[in-house]
Amino acid sequence: MEVKWFVILFSFLYLGLLFAIAYWAEKNSQSRWVNNPYIYALSLAVYCTAWTYYGSVGRAADEGLDFLTTYIGPILMAPLMWVVLRKIIRICKVRRITTIADFISTRYGKEPFLGGLVTMVCVMGVLPYISIQIKAISVSFSTLMGTEIINDREFSFFNDTAFYITLFLVVFTILFGARKVDANQKNTGLIAAIAFESVFKLMAFLVTGFYVTFGIFDGFSDVFNQASSLPGYSDLVTISDENGYQNWAWLNLLSMMAILLLPRQFHVAVKENRNEGHLRKAMWLFPLYLLLINIFVIPIALGGNLLFQEEIVDPDTYVLAIPVSKDNAFLAMLTYLGGLSAATSMIIVSTTALAVMLSNSVFMPAIVRNKRLAATFTENLSTILVRSRQTVIVLVLLFSYLYFKYISGQFSLVSMGLISFAAVAQFAPAALLGIYWKGATRHGAMAGIIAGFVIWFYTLIVPAMVSSNILNQSILTDGLFGISLLKPQEFLGLKSLNYINNGFFWSLFFNLITFFIVSVFSVRSTKETNQAEVFVDIFKYSTVYESSIVWKGTAYVEDIKSLISAFLGKERTERAFGKFIASNNLDTQSAEADFRVVNYAETLLSGAVGSASAHALISTVVKEDHIDISDVFKILQESQQVISDNKELKQKSKELEIAGKQLQKANKELKRLDKLKDEFISTVTHEMRTPVTSIRAFSEILSDNPALNPKERLNFLQTIISETKRMERLINQVLDLEKMESGKLKMELTPVQLNDIVNDAVNTVAQIAKDKGINLSVHLLPKLPAVKGNRDRLMQVVINLVSNAIKFCDMKKGAIVVATDNGNGNDMVKLTVKDNGCGIPLESQKLIFEAFYQGKDQNLKKSEGSGLGLTICKKIIERHNGKIWVESSENNGSVFTFSIPVGNLQ
Amino acid sequence: MKKVLIVDDEPNIIMSLEFLMKKNGFEVFIARDGSEAISIVDNETPHVVVLDIMMPKVDGYEVCEYIKKQKGLDTKVIFLSAKGKETDIKKGYDSGADFYMTKPFSTKNLMQKVDELTN
Repeated sequence: MEVKWFVILFSFLYLGLLFAIAYWAEKNSQSRWVNNPYIYALSLAVYCTAWTYYGSVGRAADEGLDFLTTYIGPILMAPLMWVVLRKIIRICKVRRITTIADFISTRYGKEPFLGGLVTMVCVMGVLPYISIQIKAISVSFSTLMGTEIINDREFSFFNDTAFYITLFLVVFTILFGARKVDANQKNTGLIAAIAFESVFKLMAFLVTGFYVTFGIFDGFSDVFNQASSLPGYSDLVTISDENGYQNWAWLNLLSMMAILLLPRQFHVAVKENRNEGHLRKAMWLFPLYLLLINIFVIPIALGGNLLFQEEIVDPDTYVLAIPVSKDNAFLAMLTYLGGLSAATSMIIVSTTALAVMLSNSVFMPAIVRNKRLAATFTENLSTILVRSRQTVIVLVLLFSYLYFKYISGQFSLVSMGLISFAAVAQFAPAALLGIYWKGATRHGAMAGIIAGFVIWFYTLIVPAMVSSNILNQSILTDGLFGISLLKPQEFLGLKSLNYINNGFFWSLFFNLITFFIVSVFSVRSTKETNQAEVFVDIFKYSTVYESSIVWKGTAYVEDIKSLISAFLGKERTERAFGKFIASNNLDTQSAEADFRVVNYAETLLSGAVGSASAHALISTVVKEDHIDISDVFKILQESQQVISDNKELKQKSKELEIAGKQLQKANKELKRLDKLKDEFISTVTHEMRTPVTSIRAFSEILSDNPALNPKERLNFLQTIISETKRMERLINQVLDLEKMESGKLKMELTPVQLNDIVNDAVNTVAQIAKDKGINLSVHLLPKLPAVKGNRDRLMQVVINLVSNAIKFCDMKKGAIVVATDNGNGNDMVKLTVKDNGCGIPLESQKLIFEAFYQGKDQNLKKSEGSGLGLTICKKIIERHNGKIWVESSENNGSVFTFSIPVGNLQ
Repeated sequence: MKKVLIVDDEPNIIMSLEFLMKKNGFEVFIARDGSEAISIVDNETPHVVVLDIMMPKVDGYEVCEYIKKQKGLDTKVIFLSAKGKETDIKKGYDSGADFYMTKPFSTKNLMQKVDELTN
């Protein structure tokens, strides 16, 4: 007794933890902890149920590698997720679709019957599946207790732990999965709890696997070595030659469909998806998860076969039975809780999905379409909606429990899972082809699903009923009415496939054939055509959805609003409408509703009650007119036009923006140049004033004083002449510079020897230096390579640099060194002119090469001269592909250098 | 004999001004930059200063302010500058100048003004 209460205590502690996580996540729904691609990828792992946790090992122990197909299918599907799943997600986001039933029903013109049909297939397929999860909990509990598996129908459920756990799951699912009216809202708490369960079950399974492989046995090779002596070993680790590969391929295909179409997968992958981008991570994380959880399956299965050779132990319980048999209490408890998490996560999500499906695709359409019922409930439809979902949860779980109690005892975990897979695979043609083939019709989809379902029931459920002794054995051995072609497990004489594949193959075969034939021969309604266009080309229409659905009629905004308010509340409705009207530039005052408003309202309502009911509800407040197929195509063309116009506009405005930026830049540059030009003119005229002032003053003096002594007279006349020359020089320099800047100056380049040029230049200024008492020395590197250059212009540069040095070197002990060298690698010629003057402050070193630079303060003169010399030097050197610069520090003199590459201008 | 201080950094302009002033009977002092001018003002207190604006070290405005505002001397100040913009001229008068003349200048007008200010 003590152990039992201990286990019960831990079970509920674990569930309590789940509750706490969900509660916390719900309160912090915007937190990065719950809103990220990892949580999304982990929530997809709800795919791994107790069937994975216990059943994979069971199946590996009995049948070998087939179990892997359940995981290889989804892994094969993963790369396609970006194409297929993203399209489904986009459609559902735009249309506010929350279930697979609503998805199919909307695609085919919001047909209520189709939604109901899909829902019923799901219930038939999934309910037993839920029940085997409860069975797994119950069995694992018994295994842990070491008691016989309780499958006694007389055994009171009051004593059954699984019953209390089921009750707990009812409460949990109601609280976290079915409290919101708008089924489109995200159930953050639920998803966080599921993600946690995914981590927990993986961790528990890996720990157990590690324990078996490395604790009990001595690594992988030891397990396989020992197991190789067991009878039937080779069958367990190879695919049998006889039809094995065929079966293998079909099972893979089956799982590929299941991963997209199972209600619980649709729920986590599509409905709870917060961001399409999360798919990118999930595409590799989810397959990785599946690989990890399968690593230890075969070792545990073989290990179990080895350990329990003497006893009879159900392979489905190996995972737990091994730690129990080794009396490892801690590990046994961990493994048990891992299995519990695998089972509960599946139960919670599946039940939530079924609840939404049943309430939105079955109950609501029934209520809304029945005028009397609708009238009774109009006031509190939203309460009815939530209550119906909660009731459904209670019923689904209760039925599942009873199913487990009275029917599913006989099935293994796996077979029930695969039968469930085959049921949802019937949606594949309607759902998956429906988003790529516009020709698929409502009748085709209905006929296909019904055909597939009937075959599914006959080939897969009938045998199960036989084994539960509900039907007579003869149907299996002789076929229906004794026709051997109708033997459920060898339908139409197909014997090469196992019975699951047999059922899957034939049901899908008839489904597809019917779907195609009926689609081709049936006529589509305009509404269906409209939805087909939008579904198939969703990436074209998703931004203009409301304008892409054609609707004609009369409706009033107030009526529509009051209808929506009943579900979403007044405030939320006003907010949603305000936003929509504003973003679509619709008339806010108009009492009559634009067709886009009607479409938008229907979409809003779809999120709450499903598309079929939404359509029916909207019809109660609007008067709809008939639409022609031509209207549909006209509107679709228009909304495509809107998109391409938008694209063009965006492109144009982008171009304009770029052009604007370029203009702005050009304008700035122009302004800068304009300012430079103004400065240039004002400096040039200013510079000219000085010689003109002298010339005028002396001319006036000479004119006013005819009796000047000859010596003075000569002096004044010579001054006038020299100032006139200064003017001339200035004018020439300005013209020179202008020519160089505009590129008009032709500079002929011929091979020259820099040394010769320097010698000649120094000779012309040597006398001035000597007069000023300056020590002018020249160091020329012999064998300096020749460069292409303009002799006169280079001489001008050298003279300018040396003259500047003479002007600025130390007044008393002037020293100037002129030197040439060939750079570092003989690839250039270099000239340096070094003086010992007061130096140039760092901030001025670059500026002195600009025209008329005279220092920052305009009222302070820094130097004599035109202020154009260095600017011209720079231009000349640049024309030689060379560089000119100055190095200087205050009071340490300056070094002016220019370098010209050898082989410049080739 | 009245004292005149010529402040300019262009030797040829100094030469012409020196000739004109001497011919008109002034005792002539010469400064080639602002700081030199200030020391001569301190030592000699000239009657009139013919002042350039753009010079190395200390500019003409500062020299004028020194004479008129800092020292409060009765020395007359005539700006003789190539800077001819209205803002330059206003700045010249604001610093306390008695007259502002732009280069190139008329020797007659200059001497007239000098005479006028010194009598």
